[in-house]
Amino acid sequence: MGKTVIEKIFQSHSGDEIKAGSVAWIDLDVRTARDFGGPNVVKHLRENYDGNYLEDPEKTYFTFDLSVPAKTIKYAINQQICRKFAKETSMNIFDVDEGIGTHVLIEKGIVTPGSTAVGTDSHYNILGAVGAFGQGMGDTDIAFAFKTGRTWFEVPETMKINVEGTYDWPSTPRDLTFAVMKELGSSGMLGMAAEYYGDEIEKLSLDGRITLASQTTEMGGIIAFIPPDDNVIEFMSRRAGRYVKGVYADKDANYVKEVHVDVDKLEPMVASPPKPTNISPVSEMEGIEIDSVFIGSCTNGRYEDMLAAAKILKGRKVKKGVNLRITPSTKEVWAKAIKDGLVDIFINAGAVVFTNPGCGGCAEGMPGLVGEDEVELSTTNRNYKGKQGPGKIYLVSPATAAASAVKGYLASPDSTGVKD
Amino acid sequence: MREKIIEGRIWVLTGSDGRIIDDIDTDMIFHNKHLHITDISEMGKHALGNLEGWEDFPEKAEKGDIIIAGKNFGAGSSRQQAVDCFISLGIRAIIAESFGAIYKRNAINSGLAILECPGISGVGLNNGDIISINLETGSIKKDGEEIIKARPMSSVQMDIYQAGNLFEYGKSMGQQQD
Repeated sequence: MGKTVIEKIFQSHSGDEIKAGSVAWIDLDVRTARDFGGPNVVKHLRENYDGNYLEDPEKTYFTFDLSVPAKTIKYAINQQICRKFAKETSMNIFDVDEGIGTHVLIEKGIVTPGSTAVGTDSHYNILGAVGAFGQGMGDTDIAFAFKTGRTWFEVPETMKINVEGTYDWPSTPRDLTFAVMKELGSSGMLGMAAEYYGDEIEKLSLDGRITLASQTTEMGGIIAFIPPDDNVIEFMSRRAGRYVKGVYADKDANYVKEVHVDVDKLEPMVASPPKPTNISPVSEMEGIEIDSVFIGSCTNGRYEDMLAAAKILKGRKVKKGVNLRITPSTKEVWAKAIKDGLVDIFINAGAVVFTNPGCGGCAEGMPGLVGEDEVELSTTNRNYKGKQGPGKIYLVSPATAAASAVKGYLASPDSTGVKD
Repeated sequence: MREKIIEGRIWVLTGSDGRIIDDIDTDMIFHNKHLHITDISEMGKHALGNLEGWEDFPEKAEKGDIIIAGKNFGAGSSRQQAVDCFISLGIRAIIAESFGAIYKRNAINSGLAILECPGISGVGLNNGDIISINLETGSIKKDGEEIIKARPMSSVQMDIYQAGNLFEYGKSMGQQQD
């Protein structure tokens, strides 16, 4: 019997015989903690061990991305705890300027196809975008990983997701992602690994792959792999400074189930509060009045997302009374958006706040929150009650978000007359 | 050895319609505005603080209580506090239809007894009932009668539970290299 992607990656990082259902100890190539989680990791290490806290400081990172720079005294203190610990142990640190940890790991070639990585971020399975294994964990788990360089896993079963059909602009990778989530629901991947296949999957750019992979957790999944294509392999090899290879499933690998998702002539979609899987076509919901729009997050804070927004905002104005906030995911995206003139377009569109890179609103609302009875359109990953303030959050693609900012109500990118 | 049979009073996490709530996420359990808290004794008072109808849970809960929940309990973020807030209150066990993947790991690693029990929401349990659960066999009893069987703890889960938490387990099996 052949092996799935997760079985192959685990097998290359373990002395145990790997098969779905077995419990195995896995060596971890990368382990990280954020400004959230990080201080507790330090606390656990200091309380449980007598010095010698890290199995390998080179493979251990803090990545600050939530409250950057610290906007409350408590976050400032927590970040200071991490900085001191990093200095003491010689571990790596990406400070408040760098952006979202998982994205930085990809951009810098620290995580590559086939890597194993863990961190205090529930969207750590974003690393599936490059065919790597990433698992978000709590601070106990991560402290143990810092200390030992390994952890235990119940090897999950794998489901196969076949995405069928083709679509065009104004639908985007976010809308493809919504289509998958509509099919699977909030627990359709619960406790499982997944592998994506199909023409539109193969066509996805790295940015689009990040968007799709970022919603694995919202379907209950452990990890969802997008098999790396030549572009991803080339990009990762360049960033890692060495030739990297993808890990692909065997033809006779064993899948627990196979699901088909139809994206033929896919329309732009929207997820209504309070669940990210509460999905319907924008055309059925068009006209909902909005107070604010957010573009960014680990789901849609990439350069292509900035570009999609700029294309629509170019020469247009944000509707009076609507505020639009844009947060790039990393310093690299931020710098490119400035250099290429996207920020000029945003500023000329009016009512726009363009922030430094980071996670966005998901913890204490770095780029702003939503007041009671306010309605926001957001490209973030979750619209759970209270997640971005007391108001209502509708999730959409960056193109739909930008078009709606111009109109003042939920509207398809088509409505602006912009063509791909 | 920690006990493998736990007896306690239950809280069934139901909504205003009387039905058990699915997809209770970590922001409902322990809201992100409290994420800066690192002291476990401070966490209990925020448990279920953002779950409609359950905001007063920390006052009502007593040491030794057991929670019954629906599908995908603990969906969402990786925050350990969403587990530790229950340990802070002295909650002995959580039984759910199913758990969020990260939540399950966090609970196992903290040594909180959790059992997956498909069907638990349909057996007519009510707040205040006293049940006994056998972690090794998964048997759940009320008034001495077995009412349903949960999936027993896995071997790793039982080992970590018996050791107390992941750190103690690691020390006991010499996982950490000096």
